[in-house]
Amino acid sequence: MRSVSIIGIGQSAVGELWDRSARHIAYDAISAAMQDAGIETADALFLGNMLSGSLLEQEHLATLVADFCGLRGIEAAKVEAACASGAATLRIGTMAVASGMHDLVIVAGLEKMTDTVGKDTTAGLATASDAEYEALHGVSFVGLNALIMQRYMYEYNVPIDAFAGFSINAHRNGANNPNAMFQEAIDLDAYVKAPVIATPINIMDSSPICDGAAALILAPTEYVKEFTTSHHRGAVQILASASANDTLAVHDRRDPLFLEAAYVSSQKAYQQANVTPADIDLFELHDAFTIMSALSLEATGFARRGEGWRMAHEEQIGINGKLPLSTMGGLKSRGHPVGATGVYQVAEVVQQLTESAGANQVRNARIGMAQNIGGSGATIITHILGT
Amino acid sequence: MGIPNLWRTKGQRYSLAGEICPSCSQHIFPPRDVCPHCAKPAGPIHTLSGRGEVYSYTTMYNVPQGFQEQSPYTVALVKLEEGPMVTAQLTDVENEEVAIGMKVEMVTRKLREESEEGQIVYGYKFRPRLTEAA
Ligand SMILES: [Zn+2]
Repeated sequence: MRSVSIIGIGQSAVGELWDRSARHIAYDAISAAMQDAGIETADALFLGNMLSGSLLEQEHLATLVADFCGLRGIEAAKVEAACASGAATLRIGTMAVASGMHDLVIVAGLEKMTDTVGKDTTAGLATASDAEYEALHGVSFVGLNALIMQRYMYEYNVPIDAFAGFSINAHRNGANNPNAMFQEAIDLDAYVKAPVIATPINIMDSSPICDGAAALILAPTEYVKEFTTSHHRGAVQILASASANDTLAVHDRRDPLFLEAAYVSSQKAYQQANVTPADIDLFELHDAFTIMSALSLEATGFARRGEGWRMAHEEQIGINGKLPLSTMGGLKSRGHPVGATGVYQVAEVVQQLTESAGANQVRNARIGMAQNIGGSGATIITHILGT
Repeated sequence: MGIPNLWRTKGQRYSLAGEICPSCSQHIFPPRDVCPHCAKPAGPIHTLSGRGEVYSYTTMYNVPQGFQEQSPYTVALVKLEEGPMVTAQLTDVENEEVAIGMKVEMVTRKLREESEEGQIVYGYKFRPRLTEAA
């Protein structure tokens, strides 16, 4: 198996991009990544996306995007794994390059969620759950996370504002990210006064509905010098790529308060990269909801069961903290264009490891981890990157 | 969800028809082809009692298309006496009165608004338990 490196990244702005269609947003990210890598074509485009069929009535999306980007003749296919579509796409691209099947691969993620009205988008997101036994009973995706959070607070006796620190940290970091949807810091007061969506989740616990696209260029590590110039930002190696699944429905989990798939995929990833949690310099976790941040930290070995929420303080998770989280705003503040999120996370880790994170630069960042969650914990994919 | 699918799944939705695994004796809901506990073939249909308690709950204020007229409503994870857990709406109770550990029982109610084809979906919801165990 060949070692795989990322030699270029590109990101569109994240937000309610009413003046840009899905194909334009994808072009923004892909053209930026190709320019960053200094390449003019590639062997394949793999595109992560969750909702184009239900919200845009457009499938065959990767071929549409390849066509629009002037990449006729190359392989193109869409990859779907709900909100983990982005990381699932990176895994497909990594396997293609590692195997020797392709040398230059574009991995992109794209989502357009604001062309439809709220209740339709909510119904679309609910398709990540079990249609017959969850969605049919009227539970939204926020609702599923709320069920988990309510039980967590009950079982571990957690106060209602205990999760605020995750949201405050994300917004503090997003304020310095020009691509972020929300570029404004918030305080505890804003968190406490935020309207409730599904008890106990309020809008400051929850990532926003938005549009966005991000892209990465993959190449075999041994050929990086052939593809890049001397003034290139520097390649970042994919040290680990691991995925695990769990029951689709929350009610079928062995323990709804433990992300078993996060545990399994992170353990596999630590083993592949030959590192321990202590070696991780920053962690782009899947903070779609603040409760998911707590559960991810517990399942990946950074906190004990029931204590993930105790890390939600600046000394712990801020840019200069022990384990910087959501360093460019995370899903909460940069935004969560679902099928693109996993690609944004990895692009941001590349920014950190190549000293290109601007005001949010984590000092001496050598090893970064990204974790992308599909559904309410059913598909969890962990990537570890290093220089 | 299409009419054929609603027809196929009516047993579990109207009467909580589940299974008992012939290999490990665990109760399973909904019916599966493979037991989720021991991965052996799942086994004969066994209808659950419909009695359980609230494991967790949420009152939802932003609801999906098709559920607008009931909003806001409370959805719960209900741990059934036989072991399986289900996701279902609570009914015949004020949203503020719901608590973890509340004893509930299954009732059949309309699940969502009528679709454009006029199809009405019925299925299980849970209400505070009226009868005590015999
Ligand atoms: Zn069994």
